[in-house]
Amino acid sequence: MTIREVQTILDARLLTGEDSLDKEVLSACGSDMMSDVLAFVKDQAVLLTGLCNAQVIRTAQMMDILCVVFVRGKNPTEEIIQMAAESGITVLGTDHRMFSACGMLWEGGLNGGAGYDKFH
Amino acid sequence: MTNSTELLYVISGEDFASAGEASTSFKNELKKLNVSPEVIRRASIAMYEGEINMVIHAYGGTARVTVDDKDIKIVLADNGPGIEDVEKAMQAGYSTATDGIRDLGFGAGMGLPNMKKYSDEMTIETHEGEGTTVTMIVHREPEVS
Repeated sequence: MTIREVQTILDARLLTGEDSLDKEVLSACGSDMMSDVLAFVKDQAVLLTGLCNAQVIRTAQMMDILCVVFVRGKNPTEEIIQMAAESGITVLGTDHRMFSACGMLWEGGLNGGAGYDKFH
Repeated sequence: MTNSTELLYVISGEDFASAGEASTSFKNELKKLNVSPEVIRRASIAMYEGEINMVIHAYGGTARVTVDDKDIKIVLADNGPGIEDVEKAMQAGYSTATDGIRDLGFGAGMGLPNMKKYSDEMTIETHEGEGTTVTMIVHREPEVS
C-alpha cells in the first residue's frame, strides 16, 4: 500500500511530505505509548497515534517509520510538523478514531507485519 | 588498525520536548560511520529509551559513546535517585513513572526491557540516592557461532 492510499482510505489531511506519497508501506502500528511502539520494529511502517507531541516524531525517526498518522482529529503543532519534514517523515491527520483507522487500513490490505515478535 | 570514535552527549533533565535530541544526533553520527541500517536502528532505539529514562527519572545525565570496528558501546550515567528494584524494573510493563509521564507517551514499563532487547549486552549499576550507570553494547556484526 502506498502512503497516498493510506491518505485516501483514512480521508486524511496531508500535513507534510507530499513528495513521499508514492512510497510503499508494508506494516502499521497503532499506539499512544511510544515505548510500546519502540518494542516492535517493522520495516517501512506507518505509525497511528493519538499522542500529539515531539516524542512521536522522535520515535518515528529512531525506527525509520515512513508515515505518522494522527488520529481522532489531533492537530500537531507547526514545530512538530517541521521536525517531521526535516527527517523526511510524512504526516497525516484523520478524524477517525484509532480503532476505526487501524481497521480500515487492515481491511485495505495493510497488516501489523508477519505475526508478532515474541517479547520473551 | 582499529578505528575508534568517541562521542559525548549531555542530556538535560529539564525539558521533555527536547528529550531525544542526543539520540537523533547519535543516529546521524552512526550513519556517517557506515554502520549498517539495522544496527543503527537497534542502537538508536536503545539510546533513545535510555535518554528518555534519564530525563523522566533522573534529571538528565551524560551519554558516552564509543564506536569501533566491532562494537557500539553506550554508557549512560546519571546522578538520579537510582533504581530501587532492578529486577522489577526489567519486567516488561513495570513502571514507576507518574501519570503525567504516561500522558506524554512513556512510562509503559518498556524502557529497560527495550534497551535490553535491542542491545547485545547490558549491565546496570545503580546506587540508591546516588545514580545509575547503564552500559549497553551493540555488536556491529551478528556473531558467528
